[in-house]
Amino acid sequence: MTTKLHPALIAFTALVFVFLIGPLIIVVGAALSDTTYLTFPPQGLSLRWFENIFEISAFRRTIITSLQIAFLSTFIALLIGIPAAYALNRYRIQLPGWLSTLFVLPILVPELVLGFSLLKNVAVQFNAPIYLSLVVGHSLLVLPYVVRVISASLASFDFSIEEAAISLGSPPLKTFFTILLPNVRSGVIAAFILSFITSINDVSISIFLTGPGISTLPIQILAHMEQFFDPTVASVSVLLMALTVAVMAIVERTLGLTFLAK
Amino acid sequence: MKRFAGWSLASPATLAVVIFLVLPVLATIITTFLTPAGPLAPYLGFFGSGFRRTVLWRTIQISLITTVIALFVGFITAYVVSRSPGWLKSILIIAAVFPLLTGVVVRSFAWMIILGKNGILNGALVGSGIIAEPMTMLYTQGAVIVAMVYLFVPLMVLTLVGVLESIPDDLIQASASLGAKPMATFTQVILPLAVPGLIVGAVLVFTGSFTAYATPQLLGGESQMVMGTLMYQQAMVTFDWVSASTIAAIMVVITIAIVLLMTRMAKRLNPMAI
Repeated sequence: MTTKLHPALIAFTALVFVFLIGPLIIVVGAALSDTTYLTFPPQGLSLRWFENIFEISAFRRTIITSLQIAFLSTFIALLIGIPAAYALNRYRIQLPGWLSTLFVLPILVPELVLGFSLLKNVAVQFNAPIYLSLVVGHSLLVLPYVVRVISASLASFDFSIEEAAISLGSPPLKTFFTILLPNVRSGVIAAFILSFITSINDVSISIFLTGPGISTLPIQILAHMEQFFDPTVASVSVLLMALTVAVMAIVERTLGLTFLAK
Repeated sequence: MKRFAGWSLASPATLAVVIFLVLPVLATIITTFLTPAGPLAPYLGFFGSGFRRTVLWRTIQISLITTVIALFVGFITAYVVSRSPGWLKSILIIAAVFPLLTGVVVRSFAWMIILGKNGILNGALVGSGIIAEPMTMLYTQGAVIVAMVYLFVPLMVLTLVGVLESIPDDLIQASASLGAKPMATFTQVILPLAVPGLIVGAVLVFTGSFTAYATPQLLGGESQMVMGTLMYQQAMVTFDWVSASTIAAIMVVITIAIVLLMTRMAKRLNPMAI
């Protein structure tokens, strides 16, 4: 039997959820409006602002760049983060304690500082291409999620299964793909999704590493807003929300969303 | 042998963090001590400027207020969510995760539509005759705080739901059956057990709002400049990289100091935590 809750607490919580979801509904409404200015409730329904996104070449370009950067940086973070998480769990005693702290640093150090430092001391200093710096920045940004989520799923993995495979003559790489990876599959999916969403939405690192040539979607939205305050931004926002819904549906299918509360 | 295997697997990620995070950030901080004007000149410059002190103080103020409100709102919400029946709990968690996964720009933009001069709130207030003229709500400190609270409440709720769920119902019922009033159960049983979670949540919200860029930029504008927007302006508009580096260094020091202070406090208050 669950504890009885005071009605005032329930009412307060209901209001909080209206506060959490209401603004997003307003954005959807504003995106559907037929007017040339932002308004809610929408005056007449129309999808013209969604068409407008694809007519503006800057949006088309940045959507593609954002997707590329998100895929690339998530892939890199998984590539280096999975072995690191494995090492941290399997060889915990052999490795120094500060190593796991090191992988939390990208969360601890303010993103703006990381973005600025990458610009100043990597991109400018070594004349590195801005696109590459952006990928590096995003890979670092999402690495902590990968290491943490994979570590969490490795925590319940019995390493003796893996040792059994190896002692029966399975080569290490084959053991990794046939024994270990299937066992942490849900962790890999979760890490992928969290990383992808984090990268797609990032402002603080990207703002320093984008320029006239290369920009990401959130930065382009900011730039567009400075000039026009029209429903296009609302419809781009709805696209981003749709992406989030799609991602949440995948998480729900594979892991169940309560997983995220852990 | 095992040591070697561990290191070789961890080394790509370790090197990436060291080369692309630790070294560049250290370099940024070190350059502030190597200016021709002397080692502490940039800091004397920062704290000597009334405007910059105001920006720092405003950032701390906004972050503190945001943290306190988010703690209060998040705690009550998380408590109700944690004591809800299974199906409702899932729906509520989805409703909290969704905004969290929606980007900062989208969420701040939503508040621009609501708080603007011709926004929804002004429209409703004027339409219902409560006020005669639209009020200036955008580009105020209040606007920044509302949007920041909006940003961080879901994070606080998700952080606390896990903690509060792990408090067994039996414990709460035992407290009640031993004669404790609901308020006493709350302050003497639930609250102390939730302290580690509250501290983690407070650290996340404070450091997050202290270093925020997009939200203060969109909802506060020039008049509500905070450390993040000032740093961006110094770096990318004025191209004063020494000044931007100094602000970066101050942000890093304050962020890390808060994290260390709070984790130490969490350990003091609850030796079993973390």
